[in-house]
Amino acid sequence: MRLTYPTSIRIVRVPCTGKVDVGHLLRAIEKGADGVYVVGCKEGECHYKKGNFRARKRVEQAKKILASIGSDEGRVEMYNLSSSDAPLFVKYAGEMDAKIRNLGPNPLKKKNRRAA
Amino acid sequence: MIVADKKPVEEIIEYVKDHSKILVLGCNECVTVCEAGGKKEVGILASTLRMYFANQGRDAAVDERTLERQCDHEYLEEIRDIADQYDAIVSIACGVGIQFTAEKYLSIPVYPGVNTCFLGVTEQRGLWTERCQACGNCILAYTGGICPVSRCAKRILNGPCGGSSKGTCEISKDLDCAWQLIIDRLKAIDRLDLYEKMFPIKDWSTDRAGGPRKVVREDVQI
Repeated sequence: MRLTYPTSIRIVRVPCTGKVDVGHLLRAIEKGADGVYVVGCKEGECHYKKGNFRARKRVEQAKKILASIGSDEGRVEMYNLSSSDAPLFVKYAGEMDAKIRNLGPNPLKKKNRRAA
Repeated sequence: MIVADKKPVEEIIEYVKDHSKILVLGCNECVTVCEAGGKKEVGILASTLRMYFANQGRDAAVDERTLERQCDHEYLEEIRDIADQYDAIVSIACGVGIQFTAEKYLSIPVYPGVNTCFLGVTEQRGLWTERCQACGNCILAYTGGICPVSRCAKRILNGPCGGSSKGTCEISKDLDCAWQLIIDRLKAIDRLDLYEKMFPIKDWSTDRAGGPRKVVREDVQI
């Protein structure tokens, strides 16, 4: 298919999205990532039954925490797709990239650099 | 275990917003099991506070530490060497741990990061329910192992009240009537005779009404 997706995206592989914790998402933002999104299997199709539902809850929790401290909750998102659905992966990647570009750089990145 | 629940981040921020060197202190025991104050929660709270201060343009340091317990001298002593570096500690242990930390580190403000709720069990993941009120005078031997003090809304000791309906309590359809549970259990173990038996008035002097309590065990004292 030779599809392309934005080069701004770095993939962190996990055995299942159920492995992703609130702490991982927050840490990424704290360390200066402009956005983090979790791409899990389609709902109801998790190999471990509930992993993607757990991930979604954690994403929601991370959003709440970010909102409570005045950060943009849109920097954390969750998407679901089938692992063989490359066009949808590319579509979501584009969506997230556009959304984050719209939000602008993570303000914490600048502050972290200054502190360093 | 002692069951605690997370405090809203906004409330914790209100406590610490004027401090600049903060230690978030977790506990590896009960609050870890009820997912309110263990190492993972320490990481999340500390990260949240760091981002809050960065957003505010404040230069504040928030460090993380989780002790085996906060209710014993030896574990709390582990931070003796570093405690002076901080101008505030947020303890996310239960109320016991928070208080003992405050007692040990007199010159450092210690703030609670959780609300301590009750002594209970993990009924299922994410659902904790009360089982004991630590009344100090256990009667479980006569009530089929089900405690009317902690599980009956009225703490009735001699059978269900008029509010018991189809096995549930009048205060909520979702709450089992403790006395229905007791009778069912006594039937199951063939000890309904205990339900007929007259008991003397319960000694409540060991309950909280007598003020803060203590257990003195000379046999184990050194």
